[in-house]
Amino acid sequence: MTTTLRALLGATAIVAFAGTAMAETTITVATVNNGDMVRMQGLMDDFNAKHPDIKVEWVTLEENVLRQNVTTDIATGGGQYDVITIGTYEVPIWGKQGWLASLNDLPAEYDVDDLLPAIRGGLTVDGNLYASPFYGESSMVMYRKDLMEAAGLTMPDAPTWADIEKAAAAMTNKEAEIYGVCLRGKAGWGENMAFLTAMSNSFGARWFDEAWNPQFDSPEWKATLEFYLNLMNNYGPPGASNNGFNENLTLFNQGKCGMWIDATVAASFVTGKDSTVADKVGFALAPDNGLGKRGNWLWAWSLAIPASSQKQDAAKTFINWATNKDYLALVASKEGWANVPPGTRSSLYANEEYAKVPFAKMTIDSINSADPNAPTVQPVPYVGVQFVAIPEFQGLGTTVGEIFSAALAGQKTADEALAEAQAAVTDEMTATGYIK
Amino acid sequence: MARAHSPRRLWLTTIAAWTVALIIFFPVLWMILTSFKTEASAVAMPPEFLGADWTLENYVEVWGRSDYPRFFWNSVVIAVGSTLLGLLIAIPAAWSMAFVPGKRTKDLLMWMLSTKMMPAVAVMVPIYLLFLQFGLLDTRIGLVLVLMLMNLPIIIWMLYTYFKEIPGEILEAARMDGASLWNEIVYVLTPMAIPGIASTMLLNIILAWNEAFWTITLTTTKAAPLSAFIASFSAPQGLFYAKLSAASAMAIMPILILGWFSQKQLVRGLTFGAVK
Amino acid sequence: MSTQSTRLAARFMVAPSVILLFIWMIVPLAMTAWFSFRLYRLLSPDRTGWVGVNNYVWFFNSPDFWLALTNTLLLVGGVLLITVVLGILIALLLDQPIKGQGVLRILVIAPFFVMPPVAASIWENLFMHPQNGLFSAIARGFGAQPILFLESYPMPSVIGIVAWEWLPFATLIFVTALQSLSSEQLEAAEMDGASAFNRFRFIILPHLTRAITVVILIQTIFLLGIFGEIFTTTQGGPGSASTTLPYMIFKQAIVAKDIGRAAAGGIIAVILANIVAYFLMRGIGRHLDA
Repeated sequence: MTTTLRALLGATAIVAFAGTAMAETTITVATVNNGDMVRMQGLMDDFNAKHPDIKVEWVTLEENVLRQNVTTDIATGGGQYDVITIGTYEVPIWGKQGWLASLNDLPAEYDVDDLLPAIRGGLTVDGNLYASPFYGESSMVMYRKDLMEAAGLTMPDAPTWADIEKAAAAMTNKEAEIYGVCLRGKAGWGENMAFLTAMSNSFGARWFDEAWNPQFDSPEWKATLEFYLNLMNNYGPPGASNNGFNENLTLFNQGKCGMWIDATVAASFVTGKDSTVADKVGFALAPDNGLGKRGNWLWAWSLAIPASSQKQDAAKTFINWATNKDYLALVASKEGWANVPPGTRSSLYANEEYAKVPFAKMTIDSINSADPNAPTVQPVPYVGVQFVAIPEFQGLGTTVGEIFSAALAGQKTADEALAEAQAAVTDEMTATGYIK
Repeated sequence: MARAHSPRRLWLTTIAAWTVALIIFFPVLWMILTSFKTEASAVAMPPEFLGADWTLENYVEVWGRSDYPRFFWNSVVIAVGSTLLGLLIAIPAAWSMAFVPGKRTKDLLMWMLSTKMMPAVAVMVPIYLLFLQFGLLDTRIGLVLVLMLMNLPIIIWMLYTYFKEIPGEILEAARMDGASLWNEIVYVLTPMAIPGIASTMLLNIILAWNEAFWTITLTTTKAAPLSAFIASFSAPQGLFYAKLSAASAMAIMPILILGWFSQKQLVRGLTFGAVK
Repeated sequence: MSTQSTRLAARFMVAPSVILLFIWMIVPLAMTAWFSFRLYRLLSPDRTGWVGVNNYVWFFNSPDFWLALTNTLLLVGGVLLITVVLGILIALLLDQPIKGQGVLRILVIAPFFVMPPVAASIWENLFMHPQNGLFSAIARGFGAQPILFLESYPMPSVIGIVAWEWLPFATLIFVTALQSLSSEQLEAAEMDGASAFNRFRFIILPHLTRAITVVILIQTIFLLGIFGEIFTTTQGGPGSASTTLPYMIFKQAIVAKDIGRAAAGGIIAVILANIVAYFLMRGIGRHLDA
């Protein structure tokens, strides 16, 4: 009798407790201000209908500001955010520090095995999935079919760098303000160095040898940088040392670029409503040099939960909603298949409807051809295709990026730039104890 | 003006002054015009003036994409709050420095200004840690405090120079009449100092409104003001010149309107009592 | 009379300001000084410890340091020069009889109301952009090659943008100063046959001395800390051509997440600012008669 009563009371207490806990949880979600993330905010009605007990507050910021705020918060245990948007670079480092909550216990409907292996591998540390990919990207060649045709050329599906140079030369018409190739030149580890590091892989170059000695004095880096500078000086737009992803996207959409080698997500923008060349764009894999590696990167913007968050259950519910298969179907039904966040799930690429999207195949082929664990021809001690997953890389990459950007602006020769980069990185790696 | 001016000279100076003023104002004007163009028209070459493709679309989209009223209200609370709190603390200080100066008053003033010399980025982590410790992150009161302390030296400096202009004899006379210190401040000093206080207030509201480092670093959602609103629009996937212009216009418009309505006070305030 | 009690009251009234500002100055300063001798990287919390003066040594040995120092002084000096000279000229013009004074003044103040990041982005994207900017359109209109402002002339471009932001401030102070200049004095000089230049040199300029002092002092304090405009436009480049000391600190704190080095940079910046302030006060402080 008493035991039953107690059990009953206990049960009521649990229900009551659960009731208050369910009452309403407000979670703060930090996102980048890119199109896919903004679209998600427009689809919140669906989430609110399914989870009326969770209220989502958005913090939408420009990428650099977001990274700055989120990093400061997580490193000082601020606990301001419940869900954060972070990249493939941060996840392994932060996961190792114990700053992120493991997502291994997401519900079965999340179907973790559906995630693309290359992307999933980059977000897993010691068997723990620390972030759920919202969209994944590689890089590829986007080119103007009409200009290629006018020049009497065809772009192979898997071009070499020599093909790119030939095409750039043929399409450039400076009088008409058409530049054969637009590439990133703006300094930054996530701007010009993302491109150049990925490109250097296809030339057989690497940041470090197995003993963490910088390799900028290698002939491979010299070949990479000289080829890049030559290409940009002859066929690139003026002022390219200030052009990052956004600037190049605008130029390409205005019809001022013959080719643009950049993120696969850009495909939906250059074929979208803001583009003046939407129906004239072709896609090809990032170029190679016959060494078995292509110059494409691998990146995923992913949702993660800081270990300092007090509302991890609600945060997991949200992440499951935003990154599972149903969400992809929801976007497709509301905005069309071309606007579905790409590059995260195998099932999407098995979908016949999605296969009709012009850039679908090239995107998945690009992603599949990148290998973060063996990014370049020679062995390396680090993980990452267009970055080196060590905490010091943001600083290093930006320093080297500035030196290379100066070379593009004509302030330095390739040799001077490489010598400077080698010296700067050697100093830093010695100071931080990598080089014994 | 005692001097007589020929009409020809009047027209010459008018034309010259307007040309200069329009050149200075042009970037703002161009931004506002751009905000009413379609994206295609905004980047058209050659630039389009009258023949541009005008639209309100950018404002509709910017408005729809974020909670502008909340950012706006936070800006108002933070800018006005920090200024009022600053005045509350600064008025007594400036009063006593102006009317009961000591040997070190000038040094004290300079020392106060020198507290503004530490670059904000260098103390970012210390301040962040302090805010975290005291639970002030993402609170309006936290930002009110920071901006108040940042601008306090300027407020004191401005008030000090205004109070200096008030002839001491008037206060002497009031004191002779047996007015208490409190009465002296409330009935004699304050009415005479109102224009100076008003312009100090205006200038500091503008400085606080335009602050864009701490207001972004120390906030997430609840206390984020218009500077954070702008940070969510800069460079979103391709440079949407027109939308960026619209967001920028929305961020500066309230303060621009306030400034225009109060420009007489402001002109006085901006002199810092640089003239007697 | 209650002089004694008034003095006491005065002390009490200054106290809150002094105490608050002292705390506001000393606490972050002490923390920064502490960090500046430590290895403190946000992303490597497991590696910490005392590093002596290593962080300072890093700054002094950095190939960018002396350039950054020069650029900082160049930025402050350049903006001061432009705003003071143009400010006085514009103020002289605005002091003339003009139709529409009120509206005119509003137009001239407007840049002061624009948030610095917005100002920088207007200039970068709508004016200096090599393909889409208005300047490039004008250059093309004359059949010339567009000037690559941010690539070829990064420092002058940044100085120009910052000067535009601060010009209204200087102009208005000078306008108000001119208004208090007695016209009788000028007329008398004119009667005596003094040339326009001499009238400016011997009557107007001396009258403006105090205003110029205030402009220089206040602007220097603000200009020494500027980095936002550089971040928005040139990111300190190309290379490090437009890197200033605050921007260098910004890169250590925000990009490299090396708080120890950023703190050392902060201490160096405070020392530099005090040196500049010392010379300012020696040079022009006497005009202040505060």
